[in-house]
Amino acid sequence: MKKSGITALSVAAFALFAAACGDDGGSGGGAALKEIGTGEGQLDIVVWAGYAEDGSTDPTQDWVTPFETETGCQVNVKVGNSSDDMVQLMKSGSYDGVSASGDASLRLIVAGDVAPVNVALLTNYPDSAPFLKDTAYNSYKGKAYGQPHGWGANLLQFNTAEVSPAPDSWGAVFDKNSPYKGKVTAYDSPIYIADAALYLMDSQPDLKITNPYALDQGQFDAAVALLKVQRKLIGEYWKDYAKQQAAFEAGSLVIGTTWQVIANYINAGDKAKVDAVLPKEGSTAWSDTWMISSKAKHPNCTYLWMNHISSPEVQAQVAQWYGQAPANVKACNLDDTMKAHCAGYHATDEVFHTQLHYWTTPTKACLDGRGDKCVGYDEWSKAWTEIKG
Amino acid sequence: MTVVGDPAAGGVPNSTRMTPATSITHRLSRLGNRHPRLRLLALLGAPLLWLAIAYLGSLVALLLTSLYTIDSFTFSTIEKLSSSNIKELFTNGVYRTVAVRSITVAALVTIVDLCLALPMAVFLAKVASPRARRALLVAVLMPLWASYLVKAYAWRAMLDPEGGVLNNWVHASPGFGLAGVVTVLSYLWLPYMVLPVYAGLERLPDSMLEASADMGASASRTFRDVILPLLKPSIVAGSIFTFSLSLGDYIAVDLVGGKSQMLGTVVSQSFGASNTPLAAAVALIPVTIMVVYLMAARRTGAFENL
Repeated sequence: MKKSGITALSVAAFALFAAACGDDGGSGGGAALKEIGTGEGQLDIVVWAGYAEDGSTDPTQDWVTPFETETGCQVNVKVGNSSDDMVQLMKSGSYDGVSASGDASLRLIVAGDVAPVNVALLTNYPDSAPFLKDTAYNSYKGKAYGQPHGWGANLLQFNTAEVSPAPDSWGAVFDKNSPYKGKVTAYDSPIYIADAALYLMDSQPDLKITNPYALDQGQFDAAVALLKVQRKLIGEYWKDYAKQQAAFEAGSLVIGTTWQVIANYINAGDKAKVDAVLPKEGSTAWSDTWMISSKAKHPNCTYLWMNHISSPEVQAQVAQWYGQAPANVKACNLDDTMKAHCAGYHATDEVFHTQLHYWTTPTKACLDGRGDKCVGYDEWSKAWTEIKG
Repeated sequence: MTVVGDPAAGGVPNSTRMTPATSITHRLSRLGNRHPRLRLLALLGAPLLWLAIAYLGSLVALLLTSLYTIDSFTFSTIEKLSSSNIKELFTNGVYRTVAVRSITVAALVTIVDLCLALPMAVFLAKVASPRARRALLVAVLMPLWASYLVKAYAWRAMLDPEGGVLNNWVHASPGFGLAGVVTVLSYLWLPYMVLPVYAGLERLPDSMLEASADMGASASRTFRDVILPLLKPSIVAGSIFTFSLSLGDYIAVDLVGGKSQMLGTVVSQSFGASNTPLAAAVALIPVTIMVVYLMAARRTGAFENL
């Protein structure tokens, strides 16, 4: 007994060491799949909340169960709370795929955590809006890294009973004399620095910011200074969408950045009424892509899922549930509801699309091609800690 | 691991010969008798190994990780020793601010818990009947039955400055912020203070209190000059729990802390941003504080009361 105990312990200890030493960053993605075989019976994916509904949130919202029945791939969903979260989860290598936003995707690609895709196997790739393909955040060195999912803008949300007149500028959350001091919120992530930079593009043109994700030291410092002023107005930062919803419903927050889906959730209840608008300065936005892990254990199921989630019918369901523009433009022609939805979200409006600035990982090499003088995301992350003080 | 005896020898069992299996046990026990140190090692080897790997090993890993850096583009850890993260802790004022804030909150939680726990423990140990004592002890421990997360979310609903339970009923609430954090953490860790103080009081003989009263000391004098000095190690033992648990907490801070950052949330945000080395470096701050605290506590004899 004593002996076997020690043996088991040394085995455990060895496993612990192996686990600690075995995982170092991969390099380069694996080769793309040649053809889709039969499903492996299981699929482990990291998603944004609301992207893989199986009817447990709302019985009418279920596009996971039909997929499981059809392909035999049992779907295990892991909700990632933020892009940083998702990168961390994908680095573990235990997941097959991810619905990565632009500020996560490039990090995943360069670190070799995700693999290039064979677009010939993606049945709905040709129907995806052209401006969502071969972008800076989902392709790298000429290779496509995934199936576009959908996109949307970060909006300015306010409580219609408490905030008047209705704001039309991001200035409403940056004005140091704001009457809503203590009830303002902001997204709790280093990427929010880009929102300040976007506002500065308009309010301080002499800073010559052209891309809120490509900031040199001077521009970066100005954005950080603005956010330090904003901190005095903030009641709470939000990261978890349920927390923001609860705070707006209770009334402890009345104005701040949001996603359309959160506004929908709040307005679906009767505790508070909010409006979510795109301010005149435009906005930062997200554009998500389904990517496959370079260590995927179930590649067939992953491709099958990509084809399922990007089909017009499912795209229509997700787009309406989550409150975003579908990547597959065919979803817009399914029925009148979808036509109205796509018009509301400017799904096929390329001009509108270009006014938005999609989350992208800031790098030292400026994304606007000014050379190596920009501030990288590691510094953004440190600055965020500093801003929150 | 059982050794099977030779079947050929099985035909003629020799009553004086032991089976190989028992002879091994016997030999081992004889070995243990002759070498007490070896016996001790066999006895404590497993737990010691566990302690070394799981506790000390993880601390070493933490220290080592804090000396690594990350690639600013791929966010992969570069395993080359550098002191840049440690330097960052000392040069960037924000980490000092956050550390001081965390220590202040932890100290306040400890003081609040002490003020609440002392009268409770005195009542439990010296006033209540044995039957009531049992019921009260269960009541003190009851909050530990529910999940931490449930309690923290419940407090969020209580403290909400607009329409929270406290605000609706008593028209006053600390709201979301440091006051809220101190309130919630004090609630969460109170049993950890009550129990050691109660145990300390129970060991205090009643005769001492009677002697003090006989000699004309007032109740407050007795408390100050008799109870408190004898209780000091117990109080320090309780404070180790309340202080260390508060210092590293991040869930309560996230839920009711408003926009305040504490060490736990900074670690979580750095880790989330894939900067594991910086997160490890920040995590060394509470470790260092606790080592200093424990060394100070050791002098008071608090470890005999844990």
